[in-house]
Amino acid sequence: MTTPILQAQSLKKIFTRDGQSDFLAVDGVSFDISAGECVGLIGESGSGKSTVANMIARLLDSTEGRILLDGEDVTDAEARKIFRTVQMIFQSPQESFDPRRTLGDGIGESLLNVGQSRAEVREEVGRLLEAVGLSPGFAERYPHEVSGGQCQRAAIARAIAIEPKLLICDEATSALDVTVQAEIVALLLRLMRERGMACLFICHDIALAQDFCDRLLVMHKGKIVEEGTPDEIIQSPKQAYTKMLIESVL
Amino acid sequence: MEELLRYDRVTIAYNGAPVVHDVSFSLREGEILGVVGESGSGKSTLLKAAMGLLGPGGVVTRGDIWFKGRNLPDLPEEELRRLSGAELAMIFQDAGASFCPIRTVGAQLFEAVSAHEDISETDFREQAAALLQKLRFEDAERILESYPFELSGGMMQRVGIAAAMLLNPAVLLADEPTSALDVSVQKQAVEEMLLIRELCHTSIVIVTHNIGVVRAMADRVVVMKDGRIVESGDTRDVLEHPAQEYTKKLMAAVPKLRLRRGA
Repeated sequence: MTTPILQAQSLKKIFTRDGQSDFLAVDGVSFDISAGECVGLIGESGSGKSTVANMIARLLDSTEGRILLDGEDVTDAEARKIFRTVQMIFQSPQESFDPRRTLGDGIGESLLNVGQSRAEVREEVGRLLEAVGLSPGFAERYPHEVSGGQCQRAAIARAIAIEPKLLICDEATSALDVTVQAEIVALLLRLMRERGMACLFICHDIALAQDFCDRLLVMHKGKIVEEGTPDEIIQSPKQAYTKMLIESVL
Repeated sequence: MEELLRYDRVTIAYNGAPVVHDVSFSLREGEILGVVGESGSGKSTLLKAAMGLLGPGGVVTRGDIWFKGRNLPDLPEEELRRLSGAELAMIFQDAGASFCPIRTVGAQLFEAVSAHEDISETDFREQAAALLQKLRFEDAERILESYPFELSGGMMQRVGIAAAMLLNPAVLLADEPTSALDVSVQKQAVEEMLLIRELCHTSIVIVTHNIGVVRAMADRVVVMKDGRIVESGDTRDVLEHPAQEYTKKLMAAVPKLRLRRGA
């Protein structure tokens, strides 16, 4: 069997604040993601989903546990050591771009960092924008000059620029209209197929995750409480919490 | 059934550019009316026009918005302010943001109610706690004594919806009240509004981009696109037999649970 692209082993995160009791946000979470696989991490606000994502992307240190990318232990690696392998898309695209720089600058930054020339980067940014359904002219625009949906497309272009093996989407469509959400989901699915990227798809809506994911992990109060294919979980949920998530779909 | 609120051929423009064109619909007593469409369709603008909240550059250029025999865009500001909250209330996408962060929820709600009614703080506390209990909040006292940051975003939104009911308005205008919420909290907010209609007989206009929310709570629906009504009717009729491609597109966009046949 080939090595999974991601192995999360017994991840734990405790937040400590002065004068307050420690808060156990993630409590022993373990899972693998194979190359090209899309895994959904679902649960309500506060269940610890984003903390797991931030630890994997090395935006946050874990308190305990190990993270392996492509078999290599990156538990204590700096974020910039792993950006070629893991890229992330966030809930608010407008906030994830520098407001004083053009979208093109933001999308091309990682390519400049790996040594491409400015001319090469300019051309590649145009191709990336087209791949996400935007015209190359968007490279000259600033984040506040485009709609939320267009900005999220640009954020996807930025994330796939470096051809990561794993894309983490943290509620990437939750702030969007349902119509725009449907377009962005279709775009992500196409890009993952074309590029063979694996995906950790974090969302609170089990119906959305069902269409998107090969496998679902249900998270509740810092723990993974249930795991299976979308059909297995939706057809016969074992946990009351999972049933509640299913019943919440309107 | 009596019409409580009636939009009659309303056109709204910002800085001379029309964003809502010739829109007519009405809200009947005890009814929940859904207004659905994507961002930029003009649906929130319709609610803001009724409340006098269009802001600089925004104006109702044609048509009337009738509420209990009065044309709202023609009302002097003073009169509209007396109406706002007491008879015609509005809630927004982020109710938590409407609260002052450094005062307790209870103190702020008391202030809002005192602006319209002569009531002692003790009587108010009793009324507020009774209303929250009626709307199935656990621990109403604790909520009133909390600061906004001590409650979750979902809880703040539910409290915001309940707070709008303290003055028992005849009409509640709800602008995307569930869009910023988790699906599980969204369902609670929908159930809260249904309970409000049942217990307080409030008529509700709910503006949303999510046709799933409309399906779950609205009696009738108005579908808006680019500032115009493209389709309207009984929710069930419209959702079962959508006449417009655009309505079908909105319906297809809502993620649905698929169950295998025979399961």
